[in-house]
Amino acid sequence: MADAAIHGHEDDRGFFTRWFMSTNHKDIGILYLVVSAILGLISVSFTVFMRLELMEPGVQHMCLEGARLFADSSAECTPNGHLWNVMITYHGVLMMFFVVIPALFGGFGNYFMPLQIGAPDMAFPRMNNLSFWLYVAGSSLGVASLLAPGGNDQLGSGVGWVLYPPLSTTEGGYSMDLAIFAVHLSGASSILGAINMITTFLNMRAPGMTLFKVPLFSWSIFVTAWLILLSLPVLAGAITMLLMDRNFGFTFFDPAGGGDPILYQHILWFFGHPEVYIVILPGFGLISHVFATFSRKPVFGYLPMVWALIAIGALGFVVWAHHMYTVGLSLRQQAYFMLATMVIAVPTGVKIFSWIATMWGGSLEFRAPMLFALGFLILFTIGGVTGIVLSQAGVDRAYHDTYYVVAHFHYTMSMGAAFCIFAGVYFYFGKMTGRQYNEFWAKVHFWLFFIGVNLTFFPQHFLGRQGMPRRYIDYPEAFAYWNKISSMGAFLSFASFILFFGIILYALFRGARVTENNYWNEYADTLEWTLPSPPPEHTFETLPKREDWDKSHAH
Amino acid sequence: MAHAKNHDYHILPPSIWPFLGAVGAFVMLYGAVLWMHGISSWMFWVGLAVVLYTMYGWWADVVREARTGDHTPVVRIGLRYGFILFITSEVMFFAAWFWSFFKHAMYPMYEYAGTEYIKPDYHPIDPFHIPLINTVILLLSGVAVTWAHHALVHENNRKALINGLAIAIVLGIAFTALQAYEYGVLILHYGWTFGGDIFYSNFFMATGFHGVHVIVGTIFLIVCLIRAIKGDFTPEQHVGFEAAAWYWHFVDVVWLFLFFAVYIWGTAGM
Repeated sequence: MADAAIHGHEDDRGFFTRWFMSTNHKDIGILYLVVSAILGLISVSFTVFMRLELMEPGVQHMCLEGARLFADSSAECTPNGHLWNVMITYHGVLMMFFVVIPALFGGFGNYFMPLQIGAPDMAFPRMNNLSFWLYVAGSSLGVASLLAPGGNDQLGSGVGWVLYPPLSTTEGGYSMDLAIFAVHLSGASSILGAINMITTFLNMRAPGMTLFKVPLFSWSIFVTAWLILLSLPVLAGAITMLLMDRNFGFTFFDPAGGGDPILYQHILWFFGHPEVYIVILPGFGLISHVFATFSRKPVFGYLPMVWALIAIGALGFVVWAHHMYTVGLSLRQQAYFMLATMVIAVPTGVKIFSWIATMWGGSLEFRAPMLFALGFLILFTIGGVTGIVLSQAGVDRAYHDTYYVVAHFHYTMSMGAAFCIFAGVYFYFGKMTGRQYNEFWAKVHFWLFFIGVNLTFFPQHFLGRQGMPRRYIDYPEAFAYWNKISSMGAFLSFASFILFFGIILYALFRGARVTENNYWNEYADTLEWTLPSPPPEHTFETLPKREDWDKSHAH
Repeated sequence: MAHAKNHDYHILPPSIWPFLGAVGAFVMLYGAVLWMHGISSWMFWVGLAVVLYTMYGWWADVVREARTGDHTPVVRIGLRYGFILFITSEVMFFAAWFWSFFKHAMYPMYEYAGTEYIKPDYHPIDPFHIPLINTVILLLSGVAVTWAHHALVHENNRKALINGLAIAIVLGIAFTALQAYEYGVLILHYGWTFGGDIFYSNFFMATGFHGVHVIVGTIFLIVCLIRAIKGDFTPEQHVGFEAAAWYWHFVDVVWLFLFFAVYIWGTAGM
C-alpha cells in the first residue's frame, strides 16, 4: 500500500518541525530511544568509574585532591566519600527514572504499541510529545543537580537514589532540591505517558481486536501504564514532603517534630516495588515476540501469559515492605510481606516456563535478538531465584545491604531490562530505520556483554555472602579477589556497550537496506510487520483488516 | 493515498506547545529552587509565565479543534478516558498525604518507646464551625454543577446551565475565601505554625494541596461558564464541561475525607 513515493514526502517537514514539534508516535518513540541511550551512556560511565575505584582495596581514584583516572601512588589521595556517594546516587536515579522506563515504555511502547493494535497514532499525540519533552526537562534538571552545589561543600547530592531522610533532608546546597524536581518532572512525564497508553489501548484497537487478541507486547505496555499511573503519584507525594521538610520547616520525616523517617521508606517503596515491574514488564512483552519469531512457533500459552502480566502487576503493589525487613517491622508484618513476595514467583514462573515451552520443539534460529532473549531468560531466572532467597525475612537479616542484594537486582533489572532493550533494538532496528545491523558484530556484542555482566555481578553474590556491605568507597583486603574480577567484568561490559554504539552508528549510515516488510519470518506476525521498513509518516490511515493480524486458527 | 485519512481518530499537526511547556517547566522549577534558597525569584516567575501561556494556548487549540469537528464520538470517548485516568492519578497523589496523616493519627511518635518527642499544645478548633460550613458549601456547589449538567444534557437549557455554573463558581470562591480566612485565624490568632510539627505538617499539606485543587477546579468551571455563554456546549458534545464537573466532584470527595479524617478525627482530643 505504501511505496517509495511516501518516503519522499517525509522530508516535507523541516528538521525542527519533525523532531521538536512532533505529534507522531513513531518519531517520538525514536526520540525517547536516542535520549535514553545518551543518558544510559552517562549513567554507565559512572559505574565504570565506581568499579575502577573498587578494583583495589584503598582509595586511588576518587580523591579530595581531584578525581583521577589513573592511580598515582606518588601523589597524596584523601578519600572523597562524597564523590562516591554522588556516583551511586546519580547512577541509580538516572537508570531508574531516565534510562530504562523511557527506553522500554517511552521508546518501544510509543513506537510499537499503536502499530501492534492497528492504531493510526496515540490517543493524545500532542500530549505524547509533552511526555517526551518533560522527560528531557527532568533529565536536564537531574544533570543540573549533579553539577549544582550540594552536600559537604561539593557538587551534587550523595544520598542514594532512594533519597532516604534524614540524609536527603539534611544534604546541603540546592542540588538535592533540583534532584527532587527532576523526579517530579520525570514522574509527570511518565504519568501523562501512562494516561496516553491506557487510552490508546482501550479506545483505538483495530476493528475486531478484542482484549485477549492483543499482542503480548501491547498488553505489557498496558499493564505497565497502570502501574505507573497508580504508583508514581505516590512517589511525587513522598518527595514533595521531602521538599517541604527541606525548605519550609515541615517535619514529616523529622522525629524532633513528631515525624517518622520510616514513613518515608514505606511511601517510597509503595512506589518503588511497582517501579521494578514497570522497568521489566515491557521487556517481558517484547521478549515474547522474539522467542516466538526465532522459534518459528506461536508463543506458548498466550492467555496465561497475559494473566501472569496482570497478576505480577497487581501483586507488585502489596509487597513493598520486603525492602524494609530490618527497619523494625513486627513479625506479623514480616511474615505477610515474605509470603506475598514469594507468591510473585508463581506468575513469573508461568512466564519463564512458557518462554521455554515456546522454544520446545521449535526450529530455533540464533540471531542476535534471540541470543539476547536467551541471555535475558538465563540471567533473569538467576536474579529471580536470588530474589526468592532475599524474600525470606530471616535470611535477609544477613543479606540486607550487602553486595548479594546488589547482585540480585542487577541480575533482574540491569541484565533483565538491558538484555530486553538490546533484543528489542536488534529485533526492530530494520523496521525503524530501514537499515540492517551487522549480524556478526551484534553477536560479538552479545557474547562480550553476556560474559562481561556475569563476570561483574556473579562474584558479587560471593562478596555479599562474605559480608561486604554495599555503598562503600573502600573495603578490607579480604574482599580484594572478587572485587578485582568484578571490575574487570565491568570494563568488558563497558567495551561491549561502546561496540553497541559503533554497531548502531555503522548500521544507520552504512547498513544494508531493508527491502521487505517482514525481514524475519511469518511468526513475526503482528501488525508492524505488515508495514514497510521504515513505516511511512502516517500508518493505518485505512484501519487494518482482521485477516491482517488475526492468525489464530479456528478451534 | 499518503494523506487520505479513513478513520475517525484525531491526527494532529505538529505543535510547539509541548516543547515550550517543557522549557517553561524547567525554568520554573529551577527558578523555584533558586527562590527557596534565597537567591532570586525572577526565574520562577518567568517559567511560570511560560507555563501559563502554554496552557492557555494549548487548551485554546483544543477548544478550536472541538469547534471544527475534530472531536468525533470516538475521540470524545478517548478524552473522557484520559480525564478519568488523570483524576485517578490525582487520587493516588492524595493517598500519600492521607497515608502520612493516618499513620500519625494511629501511631503517633510520642507513644513510641524511648521517644523524646512531646506532643505540643495545639489550640483546639471546632470542626463543626467553619469546616462544616465549608463542607456544606462544597456539596451545594457540587449540586449546582449537577443541575447545570442535567439542564444541558436533558433539556438543552442554556440559561439553567449558565445559572448552575455561576452558582457553583460563586460557592467555590466562597469556599476558598473561608479557607483562607480560617488559615489566617489559625496562624495569626491561634498560634498554629506552617510546619514545625507533624500535625501542622499534615494539616497544611493536605488541606493546602486540596485548596490548590479547589482553585484549579474553580478556574476550570469559569472557563466552562465562558464557553457556555458562547454556546460551545451541545447535549451531545461537552467533554470540557463533563471533565470540569468530574474534577469538581473529585475535589468534593477529597474534602469529605479531609473533613472526617483531618478535621474531626485529627482535632479530637486536642
